[in-house]
Amino acid sequence: MGGVNQDGVAVSFREVSRHYGAVKAVDGVSFDILDGEFFAMLGPSGSGKTTCLRLIAGFEQPTSGIVSIHGKDMAGVPPYDRDVNTVFQDYALFPHMNVLDNVAYGLMIRKVPAAERRRQAEEMLEMVALGGFGGRKPSQLSGGQRQRVALARALVNHPSVLLLDEPLGALDLKLREQMQVELKAIQRRVGITFVYVTHDQGEALSMSDRVAVFNQGRIEQMARPNELYENPATAFVAGFVGVSNLLAPAVAERLTGRKAHCSIRPEKIHLAAPGATAPANAMAVEGRVAAILYLGASTRYDVALDGGGEITVNVQNRDQHAEPAEGERVLLWWEARHLMQLAG
Amino acid sequence: MRSKAIAPDRSKGSASWGLKAAAWFGVLFLNLPILFIVLYGFTTDDASYTFPPPGLTTEWFVVTWNRPDFWAAFWLSVRVAFAAMAIAIVLGTCAAAAMYRFSFFGKESVTLLILLPIALPGIITGISLRSAFALGEIPFSYFTIVLGHATFCIVVVYNNAIARLRRSSPALIEASMDLGANSFQTFRHVILPNLATAILAGGMLAFALSFDEIIVTTFTAGQQETLPIWMFGELARPRQRPVTNVAAIFVMIITFVPILLAYYLTRDTDDVAGSGK
Repeated sequence: MGGVNQDGVAVSFREVSRHYGAVKAVDGVSFDILDGEFFAMLGPSGSGKTTCLRLIAGFEQPTSGIVSIHGKDMAGVPPYDRDVNTVFQDYALFPHMNVLDNVAYGLMIRKVPAAERRRQAEEMLEMVALGGFGGRKPSQLSGGQRQRVALARALVNHPSVLLLDEPLGALDLKLREQMQVELKAIQRRVGITFVYVTHDQGEALSMSDRVAVFNQGRIEQMARPNELYENPATAFVAGFVGVSNLLAPAVAERLTGRKAHCSIRPEKIHLAAPGATAPANAMAVEGRVAAILYLGASTRYDVALDGGGEITVNVQNRDQHAEPAEGERVLLWWEARHLMQLAG
Repeated sequence: MRSKAIAPDRSKGSASWGLKAAAWFGVLFLNLPILFIVLYGFTTDDASYTFPPPGLTTEWFVVTWNRPDFWAAFWLSVRVAFAAMAIAIVLGTCAAAAMYRFSFFGKESVTLLILLPIALPGIITGISLRSAFALGEIPFSYFTIVLGHATFCIVVVYNNAIARLRRSSPALIEASMDLGANSFQTFRHVILPNLATAILAGGMLAFALSFDEIIVTTFTAGQQETLPIWMFGELARPRQRPVTNVAAIFVMIITFVPILLAYYLTRDTDDVAGSGK
């Protein structure tokens, strides 16, 4: 259980494809998930991230390529013979069992004596802050509580890899943020490799050690969260992870002299009165405010650039500042290093 | 079905008197004859059903109790109903599990074949079984009656089981496998307990259906008489007519209890048993 491999790789994909007829759900993907890592698979629905998770769990078999767990080829190994456990999207708690029996299910199957599995299950319920809930039926729990039971039911088996399929998707925003903190804390405590599937870039950035961004069955970029955000490799990543101003090559050429796809984050841009001088080594452009969106913590300005193109600017409402009104002319500037050049 | 088909803004007000009258007419139309059956179980007139009954007595219960032919028919019906129910539970559950789990060529046709016995008029089921038994040179017996009843009893269990399966999350099976259980363990610990009440409810309905079945039985029984056939024969005799009514009261009680139980077993779910036949 939870064995450490010499090279420290928990899960490895080598040229893995999963096709359904003509549909290429996963298309020649290779990557390694390290031992003890919090690894997120991020992407829109239908991008292949959930299929990858199911390939690890054993609910799907690859059309071609090799999926291995701790160096062992998993071809033909059924889900019940794999040292991984899953937290399902809709929790999939057994409705006819109480919470304790749900958590103890894996131990019961492995024929752990009744008293011992009861003790372990209760201990695990304590860890997810559900001590004393063992006698209840899943139907008597709230969404957040069910989610914790599903987590406890998987973790009690001490798998070497825990798979989480959009586990926070059904929760409301406040609860989701709270659970993000807790999940991260639990992962640190148990030290198990977490593989986390989500379409929510905020979740992926806040919790993970590394993120793989999926698009149309392929990985667009795999990097640490800050790298992903500050240095997106492709236009898709720049647009999917956070908000980004994608500049068409023609617009970029006017600003920088180089004809390439570029992107700039809205919060990196400064707003100044027209005619003001931008610092040296900054890129500057003038435009007219087309729309203003007050967001509380910040204000969003959509600025139509002189000569075509539009840029969104996010200004923190740190103090009362002289706000440009709609239709007024403004100067935009940003430090040259914040302009990101994208492939493709 | 617990649908809220009625316009919600009327939910507090009561239905119009016309609708109420129609509903009461429907209830009386369905249930008044049953009351008469019970009433004539107590009449003192032993040859004809005159209204009002000339007098009331409980002696027919004693007479029925002492008739060995009544008990023979009664016990045959009970044995047939239990056997048909057992066959229906095993085969109906297996059929439902297979239909739910696998997709294969001709699946729709097989589904239709399973449902057919309850849709077909009993007389067709009866005649075809009779010719089949004749072709196979199988003598009529207790077993041929059971086989005949099992045909439509399977459907009842199948319908209940598959409805429950369709509503339960397929992720439950995956969750069980994920937690280390193989197919057999998953069936034993997850699928079966989830289906149990549906199967039990289906089985009880099957019992009730079998217990008062007469058409298919007519074609598949030899010299033996199940309770409904015995009653039918009894009606043609001029003497001790109220004995039939007493037997009918027995049938009512025996079929009513399982139907009621089936209803209570499934009322918390969407697939209330008995929405079939």
